[in-house]
Amino acid sequence: MTELRYTADHEWVRLEGDSVVVGITDYAAQQLGDVVYVDLPEAGARVAAGATIGEIESTKSVGELFAPIDGTVAEVNQAVVDGPELVNAEPFGGGWLVRLSAHEVPELLSEAEYRAGLS
Amino acid sequence: MTASSTRDDGAPPPPTDDPFDAVPRRTALHAAHLAAGARMVDFAGWSMPVSYGSDLAEHHAVRQAAGLFDLSHMGLLRVRGPEAAAFLDAAVAGRMSALAERQSKYTMLLSAEGGILDDLVVTRLPADEGFAIVANAGNRDVVFSALRERAAGFAAVVRPAGERTAILAVQGPSSRAVLEALPGLAVEEGAPALGALRYYRTTAGVFEGVPVLIGRTGYTGEDGFELFLDDSAAPSLWAALLEAGRPHGLVPCGLAARDTLRLEAGMPLYGHELSLETTPAQAGLGRVVDETKERFVGKGAVTPPGARVLVGLAAEGRRAGRAGFPVLLTGGDGPGGDREAGVVTSGALSPSLGHPIAMALVEPALAEPGTALAIRIRDTLLPASVVTLPFYRKATR
Repeated sequence: MTELRYTADHEWVRLEGDSVVVGITDYAAQQLGDVVYVDLPEAGARVAAGATIGEIESTKSVGELFAPIDGTVAEVNQAVVDGPELVNAEPFGGGWLVRLSAHEVPELLSEAEYRAGLS
Repeated sequence: MTASSTRDDGAPPPPTDDPFDAVPRRTALHAAHLAAGARMVDFAGWSMPVSYGSDLAEHHAVRQAAGLFDLSHMGLLRVRGPEAAAFLDAAVAGRMSALAERQSKYTMLLSAEGGILDDLVVTRLPADEGFAIVANAGNRDVVFSALRERAAGFAAVVRPAGERTAILAVQGPSSRAVLEALPGLAVEEGAPALGALRYYRTTAGVFEGVPVLIGRTGYTGEDGFELFLDDSAAPSLWAALLEAGRPHGLVPCGLAARDTLRLEAGMPLYGHELSLETTPAQAGLGRVVDETKERFVGKGAVTPPGARVLVGLAAEGRRAGRAGFPVLLTGGDGPGGDREAGVVTSGALSPSLGHPIAMALVEPALAEPGTALAIRIRDTLLPASVVTLPFYRKATR
């Protein structure tokens, strides 16, 4: 498994073959509080890097999910739609959000660069 | 995704280049919050705990057992003098002179036009100690200025208080059991026992030699108590409460849970349901205003006919309307068929009820329970019906 890359918008990205898996970081999940609702795009939707493609809602607030890269939505995580608390429990594991088909991951942040940006 | 924050690891703030840089104030319990894993946020100029890990777990703990809150950011004022009661009658909406010793009352500070400057809890203290006032953290200065101005001509003095006062709240069905299990907390001779303390009454306690004012008051819709004591004893009381409360299921609770609890209980929040642009009558709280008083600021103010009124809205699903979202009447004859008829003042997915709830100001003709409305949430319309408040009532035991 390749290492994770990050965006300044608190998302992680993992390259798996010709697709990338996207989720939000532990920091973002903590900032939101308990997640109660997740709104994800339709499979097959074309997305542009930087576009809002979904929402993650907690008791207190709503966070927007941005597409980290250009691509097409290959799959959304139904387990998170059914059980939003997965985002808090396993932000990097079972709480993944969408899989986008793409052939490469452009320059994103390393973990060190992402964490440095948090302070 | 977007995420905002104030990082707070307990270290003293670094020196700043900007001499006007404001640093949030810390309560006496700041270190305790960090030690308990709280995520802190800047609230009304104070560093306060939002949650200690799970705001939903904290909410459920208050409904089922007990929760411990730090409310030390609230604004405290003291009124003293031979005409303190008459002054307060003329200054606030309710009749404070009718309070018995140790009794508390919810009231409001009104403008001359009848708009709400803040909502308050006023307590008449025993003997000649005058009155204590609790105001919202963000309104303390406004309240103090207005009261000081209104005291002119009365033999009464208003002072800011609480520079060194901590406020802790224990809320939930087990709150009384928790306080009674606390070694080191005793009630003063001649003051009401905790078990005999009625709702909105106070008693005088002592904890480790330090006086504690204890009120049977709260903002959660559950039984509960609020405790006022000197900062110096607050960390010790906090720790002792957590210790004594553990077998009862007591957990520390932050601002996120406080907000979902009070929303379920239909309790208004200044800046949302209450504002300078609303009258108490619009919020369903006309009874707070005693028009039989001979004079007071806001006397005779009229709520404009057709002014929006506060209602509860309930919806299905998991997506909540939030403050500021429009409330629509759908399917009418106008262009597109939908008409804006109100605004959400507070909303959330109710943890205890499991569906979205909201309070909203809507046109009075639409305030009847059962009326079908909709909340615009970004680009979708969520159907919602008017329901009576509160959404949640505590079980009677």
